[in-house]
Amino acid sequence: MGKQILLEHINVPGIHTFDVYRKTGGYASVEKALKTMTPDQVTEEVKESGLRGRGGAGFPAGLKWSFLDRKSDKPRYLVCNADESEPGTFKDRYLMEKIPHLLIEGMITSSYALGARTAYIYIRGEYMYIVRILEKAIEEARAAGFLGNNILGTDYSLELYVHPGAGAYICGEETALLESLEGKRGNPRLKPPFPAIAGLYACPTVVNNVETIASVVSIINISADKYNDVGIGKSTGTKLISASGHINKPGVYEIELGLPVEEFIYSDEYCGGIWKGRTLKAVVAGGSSVPILPASLILKTAKGEPRLMTYESLADGGFVSGTMLGSGGFIVMDETACIVRNLWTYTRFYHHESCGQCSPCREGTGWMEKVLHRIEHGHGHAEDIDLLVDIAKKIEGNTICPLGDAAAWPVASAIRHFRDEFEYHVKYPEKVKNPRHFEIEPMQSSYTLAGTVNA
Amino acid sequence: MAEIKFSDETLALVHRIVKRYPEGKQKSALLPVLHLAQAEFDGWLDVPVMDYVASLLNIKPIEVYEVASFYSMYNLSPVGKCLIEVCQTGPCWLRGSDDIVGHLEKRLGIKNGETTSDGMFTLKTVECLGSCGTAPMLQCGAEYYEDLTPEKIDSLLEKLKTSGERSTYMKSRV
Repeated sequence: MGKQILLEHINVPGIHTFDVYRKTGGYASVEKALKTMTPDQVTEEVKESGLRGRGGAGFPAGLKWSFLDRKSDKPRYLVCNADESEPGTFKDRYLMEKIPHLLIEGMITSSYALGARTAYIYIRGEYMYIVRILEKAIEEARAAGFLGNNILGTDYSLELYVHPGAGAYICGEETALLESLEGKRGNPRLKPPFPAIAGLYACPTVVNNVETIASVVSIINISADKYNDVGIGKSTGTKLISASGHINKPGVYEIELGLPVEEFIYSDEYCGGIWKGRTLKAVVAGGSSVPILPASLILKTAKGEPRLMTYESLADGGFVSGTMLGSGGFIVMDETACIVRNLWTYTRFYHHESCGQCSPCREGTGWMEKVLHRIEHGHGHAEDIDLLVDIAKKIEGNTICPLGDAAAWPVASAIRHFRDEFEYHVKYPEKVKNPRHFEIEPMQSSYTLAGTVNA
Repeated sequence: MAEIKFSDETLALVHRIVKRYPEGKQKSALLPVLHLAQAEFDGWLDVPVMDYVASLLNIKPIEVYEVASFYSMYNLSPVGKCLIEVCQTGPCWLRGSDDIVGHLEKRLGIKNGETTSDGMFTLKTVECLGSCGTAPMLQCGAEYYEDLTPEKIDSLLEKLKTSGERSTYMKSRV
């Protein structure tokens, strides 16, 4: 078993309760931080740990904290982003459901570092049953003196609340999340000002992902130096990976950053190989927004080096032959999967979730969905393929928030690596009109996997 | 039409929720309070219900309408007692969500988006619910039903029908 930091105690019976969690060493980071460290020391420690945001963007967490306007006389806020909605991602749900106190502990320690007296956990509305779990954990922590006034007898006080959303992917974008928390539509804000200067109620605010905040606990407990020893290079620590799709063992796995992708897919410790004895066709490695890669390029980089589960290795080759670690939503496709239909579901998703604020995204996502629908259902034209590339290009970089890019990248990469399959759909409309065409005749005879061309 | 008013218990909860936010920022309570309203008033948000929420939070009705129409969990028209939401995004599709939708349509005798004539079930496809590792799945109220098979669906429908209760996001297994 690889290094376990976040999920070390996940299988201890009753770990969701305060008493059991405390017995396994829980809340030690709060004691250490509040009693022996200044807030700036905690921030410094997180900075030195090299921890990068685990929500998807991978921005250094300590650096984000250091941007917080500490000179302002306004209240400061810490907001946890638990809006996990990126298709293929379900790790935060797992963590919050199984070991809720890890998040609560991280929220207290992090709030102390930031000087926040009020903190919110913004959780997607569909996870309503987890709201109850978190609220119960908060009550337990309060009863034990870890929340409320004068925590552990110090002069630090903190109130922590859970705030449910109501179904909107866009609220995972931090400024949309703040709008939503203020009781408005989730329309992302123009930046600057960044939330660190003017966030919630125009006050200095830090927004961090669930896993990021949970990681702070071990950084404080074991020190930045020791945390730095885990992982490789600038990819320090461990990462929760949500594995789904055509594998034998879907689920959430904690991996030490640096694990070879091949081992992750085929080892029985993790995904356990491709289901039904089939072969690997493609992987979306970091949630639906990141570029899809064919088997040849996910296992090895274009240079022929083994691909590792790190921010750097997955990005090797840029978008020509690489992808991103993103949220760690690892979606695996076997030889029978239809790349066009798969892509159509994602484009439909982004169209559904576009907030409608920026024209390129609002119109472009709908247009791409329509074109993909017609290609997939046997009504496509040869020029539709380049049309898709063109639309994607015109969305990318032309919107207020990254949803536009997130919608464009899957389209551009699927056509880049699997153009043959799109051509097949256009060339044989009668075949693809059968909704199960991908099962009956996998498209790999004369139309071999385009990805292998790159190998 | 009966007077639209929360029960005393819910009203007390609304006041507690409002207190989570700073003075004058009571609008922040809008999303949680709309969830309560939908649960208490037949599973959807009629205009008088939204107006009532506006008056409770001391905000303009339009501020409620624009929010209610933005988020996918708020129903702006009546739905069946059990709203069955089947995930259909990539990871669920890879593991057979099309078959799940097909089976439900057959069993319920309705198409996606429709409600059974007895008002018991509404079938709706939705986008990723964060359950990709246990795909295919559906949500009914606060409950997630995962690793679905046609057999599991049959027994679920039976169970829901026997209970006859309205599904709501506000009630859950804990």
